[in-house]
Amino acid sequence: MKILVCIKQVPGSNNVEVDPVTGVLKRSGIQSKMNPYDLYGIEAALSLTEKYGGSVECITMGPPQAKSIIEEAVCMGAKNGTVLSDRKFAGADVLATAYTISQGIRKCGDFDIIICGKQTTDGDTAQVGAEVAENLNIPNVSNVISIDEIIDGKATVTASLDNNTIKMSVELPCLISMENDINTPRLPSYKVKQSITDDVVKILTFDDFDDKNPDHYGLSGSATQVERIFPPEKNTEKHSVTGSSSEQAQSLYELVSKLKMI
Amino acid sequence: MGKLVINQNKVTPEIAEKLLKVCPFGAISKEGEKLSISSACKMCKLCVRNGEGAVDFVEEKIVALDKSLWKGICVYADCQGGNIHRVTYELCGKARELASVTNHPIYVLLIGHNIGDCAKKLLHYGVDKVFVYDDEAYHSFRIEPYTAAFCDFIEKVKPSSILVGATDLGRQLAPRVAARCKAGLTADCTVLEMKENTDLVQIRPAFGGNIMAQIISPNTRPQFCTARYKVFTEPKPTEAASGEIVNMEAAKDKLASKVEVLEIHEKPRDIDIAEADVIVAVGRGAQSEAMRAQAAELAELLGGVVACTRPLAESNIFDAKRQIGLSGRTVKPKFIICIGISGAVQFAAGMKSSDCIVAINTDKNAPIFDVAHYCVVGDAAEIVPSLIAKIKEARADV
Repeated sequence: MKILVCIKQVPGSNNVEVDPVTGVLKRSGIQSKMNPYDLYGIEAALSLTEKYGGSVECITMGPPQAKSIIEEAVCMGAKNGTVLSDRKFAGADVLATAYTISQGIRKCGDFDIIICGKQTTDGDTAQVGAEVAENLNIPNVSNVISIDEIIDGKATVTASLDNNTIKMSVELPCLISMENDINTPRLPSYKVKQSITDDVVKILTFDDFDDKNPDHYGLSGSATQVERIFPPEKNTEKHSVTGSSSEQAQSLYELVSKLKMI
Repeated sequence: MGKLVINQNKVTPEIAEKLLKVCPFGAISKEGEKLSISSACKMCKLCVRNGEGAVDFVEEKIVALDKSLWKGICVYADCQGGNIHRVTYELCGKARELASVTNHPIYVLLIGHNIGDCAKKLLHYGVDKVFVYDDEAYHSFRIEPYTAAFCDFIEKVKPSSILVGATDLGRQLAPRVAARCKAGLTADCTVLEMKENTDLVQIRPAFGGNIMAQIISPNTRPQFCTARYKVFTEPKPTEAASGEIVNMEAAKDKLASKVEVLEIHEKPRDIDIAEADVIVAVGRGAQSEAMRAQAAELAELLGGVVACTRPLAESNIFDAKRQIGLSGRTVKPKFIICIGISGAVQFAAGMKSSDCIVAINTDKNAPIFDVAHYCVVGDAAEIVPSLIAKIKEARADV
């Protein structure tokens, strides 16, 4: 069983601010930790290999510093990992990111299962996994709560789909996006960390890919453009709801109506 | 679309120093005298604005798109088990607003099995055409046949914009389709506007809601976005049906799937207060059985859950899972109404980032009023029943 987990390095904190006058992002967007949602994916992958044998590899796209999260995954039990890093990948939206990762995966070999976290804490889109699956032409299932069994080239998984829980059988290879809080990710091993070697991280760049059309990557390969960023309106309003109990109730009724709750 | 070019001859030590500082993503590094930009770059172009000519943004040629070939604003109808998710109606209302700018027709795409009644319902939301893919292959949601139908629709109808509800289903279907169309997709939009040139302006929170990003897809069609339930207003259905139902069919050979649905179970309604959009929280001032029953009824009416403060959890009046605060859960609902809660710091820390906070308390000096947006000084035992009665009355009118 060969499993690949897609992971991402994200900023340590989401506390970024925009200067309301200049529209300038105040410095703090530096990548520093593994996307916490990915830990559930790594744990799920490692549990599968414990049950069925095989190995777990990781892949990420980001600056060269992103190799630290590959090392973290290795300390948790992954065999090795790949960083897709090139200036040509910069400014990628979902479309270009998913395309780049798909190209990278093709270069990493064949896998039975590709596992993603639910979403990242910086992008919050939860869309890249499904787009990667499309590019690789394999089925995908999102919001997976458990991977129950792997037998005869098929995975039986249980997934959440809005009001229902669905048990389904998916042919391998497939891509699975895990739900959160479905397992307890193991801690990285200090012992492994002490003996980690450089060769656990492979770097792939644009030149390593099969598709060498730069228009498919980074900003050029992105369909969406960020026109501007601005700070959200802070809710600083404060209202006193006065009058008799009945009048106060009426005001609250109008409020919940306005908020579309009834 | 473009790339950054560093003019090394214009890089002075001062400028280099400044650029290293200005990049919010730490993507600029200095090797000897030379500056370089790594793939951490997010193309925010702050270095262009602050570099005094040291960094240029070079526009690249764009293959012009004939936007007039793409017409119509389409809503994907989220239909599971024969029920249309209400986000669909909300999006129909939004589509109408957007269409008024460009005079585009409004379409609905409906995929499922035996869904004739659903299609008819949609004719009460001011849409021009409901395109229906009705086939056994769409009985339960499976990614490949649904993607095939969706792409078949896009190919044949060429809609300019497509709005998809950010349900679990929409969140996996929309990216799959967008990737196949090589189209832009923006998740969880909170504001949508239309430009006269048919570009869909998509605004969404980024970085955990600390920043809003305004996004467009100027060179690709269709333009995809998802929006969550209860972000837009659901319009009232019209008395008379309008628009037409168009039956569609995708090529049978594209409907094969590597996914087989084995079992479907309805989820038990769990009580994760952190996931709730609406919370009715009660404290010691509302711990009587009568008040708790009122709170439960109000929560039910508002589609929310009941939560409590620490004393009520500790005295086992409520399950600990319902406790808000530093030693309980942190919640950020769209609406929270705090009844009989004084508002200790530990409680407030667990809920103060909620979008709309209402507090009802007899003590006008209660600290809960420091974090509340709507401060109701009064007797909850009178106000809450009266509010419940008004909501019920309004429901009965519909």
